[in-house]
Amino acid sequence: MDDEELLARFLGGDRDAFRTLVLRYQTVLVQIARYYVNSTATAEDVAQDTWIAVLKGAERFEGRASFKTWLFRIVANRARSTGTREKRQIPVDPTDPVAGDRFNVEGMWKEPPASFADLLADNQANAQLAAAVRAAIVELPDIQRSVVTLRDVEGLSTSEVASLLDLSEANARVILHRARAHIRELLERVAKGDR
Amino acid sequence: MALVKDINCREAVRLIGDYLEGRLPRRERRRLERHLAGCDACSAYLAQMRATIALTGHVGPEDLSQKALDDLMDVFDRFQSDDDGTNGMA
Repeated sequence: MDDEELLARFLGGDRDAFRTLVLRYQTVLVQIARYYVNSTATAEDVAQDTWIAVLKGAERFEGRASFKTWLFRIVANRARSTGTREKRQIPVDPTDPVAGDRFNVEGMWKEPPASFADLLADNQANAQLAAAVRAAIVELPDIQRSVVTLRDVEGLSTSEVASLLDLSEANARVILHRARAHIRELLERVAKGDR
Repeated sequence: MALVKDINCREAVRLIGDYLEGRLPRRERRRLERHLAGCDACSAYLAQMRATIALTGHVGPEDLSQKALDDLMDVFDRFQSDDDGTNGMA
């Protein structure tokens, strides 16, 4: 059942429909809010207030964006106006997406990246890879975790992600590449049997 | 062999981020694609990045704690009991 239908159902009093949407989105809502406020407890309050606003009809879905984009904007706006965190300065990360010691002095790979093809074809290994991806996301710095979650897990566009997190698109792309490269590195270790 | 304008692997890897997002300016994209055509290692890196993105797209959201879920269900139940269920859908 799609999100919009679940929304219509829970507004009509369907508890299971509400539960399904909460399970789907609550952790992301807290993550977005956490980006703007200074504690997880405050972020959880902002996320809860977001659901209450939707339940009460204070925020009405008009179908101009997808349900999730609409919901994420509400939480971002509410968290921004809660404004308990000083404006973040996100420096452009000067480090390369791949550690410098993987390259020789001419800038060529010392040892080529391992292929994931065999692993991807193996269902059992796929479960191991999914676990590795989850672990890698959890380990990321906050900003990278938020960007990669919104872009690659939730499938938002980079411009939507940048707008939700008050980043320039160029900066969002740099952060995204760092995050993806970090996950890639962990997967490569799994592929080589190191983790 | 290498022309002055050619890039090395380290530079290619830097460009792959914007390349994957379809945001690399045309000139840079050509330089990268020329490099990729002759470099198996960077092609493998690009394939790894694509596989990483695909896998990340399949992990789903992080698990919610039972307590967090119970708290939100309480909110829903309280709301239902104080309200006649008027709907907030436009």
